[in-house]
Amino acid sequence: MTVALPVSAESATVPETPQQLGLWRRLPTKAKVGAVMMGVFILAAIIGPLLTPYDPAFQNPAPALSLHSPDAAHLLGTTQSGQDVLSQLLVGIRLTLELALSVGVIATVLSVVVGVAAAYLGGVWDEVLSLATNVFLVIPALPLLIILLGYLPQKGQLATIVVLSGLGWPWGARLIRAQTLAIRGRDFVAASRETGEPTWRILAVEIVPNEVSLIAASFVNTVLYAIGASVALAFIGLADLTSWSLGSMLYWAQSQQALQLGAWWWFIPPGLAVALIGTALVLLNTGIDELGNPRLRKAGGTGVGAWHGLRPTDPTPVLEAAPPPRGRLASFLHSFSRSSLLDEHTGPGGTP
Amino acid sequence: MSFIVRRVIFYLVAAWVALTINFFIPRAMPGNAVQAIMSKFPNLTPSAYGALEAMLGVGHPGSIWHQYWSYLVNVSHLNFGTDVSQYPASVSSLLAQTIPWTITLVGTATVIAFAIGTALGIMAGWRRGGWLDRVLPGLMFFQAMPYFFLALILLELLAVRAHLFPIGQGYTGGLIPGWHWDFISSAIDHSLLPAFTIVIASVAGWMLQMRNVMLTTIGEDYVLAAQAKGLPDHRVVWTYATRNALLPQLQGFGLALGFVVSGAIIMEIVFSYPGIGLLLLNAVTSNDYPLMQAIFLVITFAVLLANLIVDVIIVFADPRARAREGAR
Amino acid sequence: MSPPILAIEDFSVVYRSPDGDVRAVQQVNLELYASEVVGLVGESGSGKSTLAYGACRLLRAPALITGGSVRYQGRRAAAPMEILRMQADDLRRLRWREIAIVFQSAMNALNPVLNVRDQLLDVIHAHLRMSRQDAQDKAASLLDLVGIPRARLRSYPHELSGGMRQRVMIAMALATDPEVVIMDEPTTALDVVVQRDILTQIVELKDRLGFAILFITHDLSLLLELADRIAVMYAGRLLEAGTAAEISGEPAHPYTRGLLHSFPSLRGARRDLAGIPGSPPDPQNLPPGCAFLPRCGYGTERCTSIDMSLAPVASSADPGHVTACPFVLPGTPPPAEPTSHPAAASAGADQ
Repeated sequence: MTVALPVSAESATVPETPQQLGLWRRLPTKAKVGAVMMGVFILAAIIGPLLTPYDPAFQNPAPALSLHSPDAAHLLGTTQSGQDVLSQLLVGIRLTLELALSVGVIATVLSVVVGVAAAYLGGVWDEVLSLATNVFLVIPALPLLIILLGYLPQKGQLATIVVLSGLGWPWGARLIRAQTLAIRGRDFVAASRETGEPTWRILAVEIVPNEVSLIAASFVNTVLYAIGASVALAFIGLADLTSWSLGSMLYWAQSQQALQLGAWWWFIPPGLAVALIGTALVLLNTGIDELGNPRLRKAGGTGVGAWHGLRPTDPTPVLEAAPPPRGRLASFLHSFSRSSLLDEHTGPGGTP
Repeated sequence: MSFIVRRVIFYLVAAWVALTINFFIPRAMPGNAVQAIMSKFPNLTPSAYGALEAMLGVGHPGSIWHQYWSYLVNVSHLNFGTDVSQYPASVSSLLAQTIPWTITLVGTATVIAFAIGTALGIMAGWRRGGWLDRVLPGLMFFQAMPYFFLALILLELLAVRAHLFPIGQGYTGGLIPGWHWDFISSAIDHSLLPAFTIVIASVAGWMLQMRNVMLTTIGEDYVLAAQAKGLPDHRVVWTYATRNALLPQLQGFGLALGFVVSGAIIMEIVFSYPGIGLLLLNAVTSNDYPLMQAIFLVITFAVLLANLIVDVIIVFADPRARAREGAR
Repeated sequence: MSPPILAIEDFSVVYRSPDGDVRAVQQVNLELYASEVVGLVGESGSGKSTLAYGACRLLRAPALITGGSVRYQGRRAAAPMEILRMQADDLRRLRWREIAIVFQSAMNALNPVLNVRDQLLDVIHAHLRMSRQDAQDKAASLLDLVGIPRARLRSYPHELSGGMRQRVMIAMALATDPEVVIMDEPTTALDVVVQRDILTQIVELKDRLGFAILFITHDLSLLLELADRIAVMYAGRLLEAGTAAEISGEPAHPYTRGLLHSFPSLRGARRDLAGIPGSPPDPQNLPPGCAFLPRCGYGTERCTSIDMSLAPVASSADPGHVTACPFVLPGTPPPAEPTSHPAAASAGADQ
């Protein structure tokens, strides 16, 4: 009993096996959106400051231009002292991203080194490194950051980078250590050891490449943390307030009572920029997560909605034989029922 | 060795690391901090000056080990010295005034956010593709936004413009703190908006984490087996899926306590809420080193203690951990 | 003869993905009668588990049943039930009560946070009406049935040994007196001695209680002793089916022959172990005709156009002995031997 089923009668006609499909195509929609958003911001960071209509530090003394709402001359309005908000924003995006990406790179490198070393060397080294990692994980970060920066007489960009990197590696180190332990126990590593491959080669060629998605996710997470922490610290006033990072913009906006005075154009854009960058990173991360852990992916992938809204305990769906032709009203009502999810094609009049 | 005992030892080590960092940082800083402080606060007595010098390691007040030892002894007696910016109040008294505010507000709000987020996560994990999945990116946006940003906007819109909530502070000025209804109702009133912002900002995180854990758990064989056994849906969801998924979720809660603290500090700054976070900020801006040190230690110890409590809860909930606990 | 308890007819399952459909099971026919052991043998990925779970509609997304029928008519049932048309509630009542499953890895199939007694009670209360006390007694007697001390009722899964866990799974499967027990590689994860123990116990219980067993395994040698009938599966299709005696003595399909020659016999003459070269096909890229062709010593071009339906083996004493290969019969000598048999000659010509 083979009914006319919308199942391809010949073997699947994809040009390549799924593993060979480009990384871009395999990324879920969420990650693509996140990547595009990040791309926009990175572009803004690179060319933005070259496009600023005004010098962000230039204080226009004309009183009419203080806290002026957006208009043609100043697309995002002006600050209390007549500075152009848009220019500050463009410079701010670059500074904030520079800082966050630097911290991301340094902390991720640290976490890879610590994580891989702990897992691979084992023994006493593992105990010591794991202890250090766990201790720094459990000590609350923001109070420690506040203390560290609070004692420093100058709170420059470099100091912030050092301090943030110093506290940003434990998360990733822990995950990478766990993953490396799992890989280390696998047969192909043992085989390499037996054939006498030097340790550094095993690490570089066999272990680390298998952890790329974990390292990528860890990097994105660290950048996210760096942005959040640096903006928060600047907002509190514990950063270099003479530079135009997004955080210090918010500090000045707040200290000049921008919101209360109704100057939303000074306060909202930098906060929104941080929120959007953060969202982009989270989306990217969720996508990378789903790539690595197939269970998190939408069942059936994109374009196949048959399992939408089904609970795990629902019985396996059965493809019906071609359903009897329905009138327009009947098929309209039928489209609300759950079994209509499995209909492959519904033409006008409801005849599939 | 029993699991709990091992965890306690770990937390003691972490506490010691925190203490040591706290001890060495002021000594490692460049510049003569003592002079800076003296010029800021001219009304300090010579003994306070001496204590400051001792803290900063200036002026050869004995070997470093001797200083370290007396520092540890002082901390164990909860003697954090006299405050600088609000001289002559003792640091301990300042802490005692502010800690209850922070714990009640932040503790309650966090537990509520965790409960709501976990419940939503269970629903989102169980029903793939439901409306919760569609709402999730929006919620993530709220979480990606800097917390103070969201808080300030809500403060402006709901408190200043709409007059729905009081504008910051812990209680209406002029009321005398005490156990009477006027004060308590005012305190509750003032805590609503800050609590609300904490919940909104953190719910998405808990929800996403629980959803992911649920998805992984649902994929486990024993959930499929429960289904194959014809058990009623509610039993499969609760006793087979959720009970197992809660264990990693609780562990995640423990790990996230540090972030909870960060959120608390910022919330108090934004709302001028009289808790320990606001006190910390004031201490930093006024270079009040004794107070800074003490607050950092108190916050850290509180987080360590909370982590220990979570560990104990996990031991009670997971029979496998109980087995490790009992193994001698 | 009474009707089969479980009749799977023309059953097909696909896994739907954006890159196309993976045809995991294609037009399989299988029947189970009371008190018999039917063995389902195949390599990993042959679709045997998909077939069994699919017949109970336990497969999760993106699985889709695309055709066929699964009729259940146990001795308690008044009329045959079409599982593929049942509502979720009826299916839930059918599950376990009538068709139970013993999973492959008991450690993974038991809830880690519940003790043995609670998991047994779960099953009992879900299907049987009993007082609390009766249910507790039944749980205890179930452990007796499989030879586990009653004190273990209070144990958690991680506190039991592998063999004990598997026996708990069997006890749980028999809790509601099912008609069909599907055993999905129940002894693969255990060592040989425990394996033997458990298998003996299973057969004894079957004889006593009268249920049918669908025994899924990749180990044909096990089935030769255990099963009444054997079905051989490859790339989602049945290649051969028949009584155990026929399959072991007069195998028809080249794949079955290859499987039989893949393990040594403790008795009988020594012979060379052959094995089957190559590996199973990619289920997303199944070739037309017979999927076994690339690994088949007898294969010719004609094999790409056969329709893979099962036909009775003419020379067999068992009328139920069917094979999917129209060219190779029992008695066809292996291709390595030089003969003038037409099939072997064309096979030789191809090489």
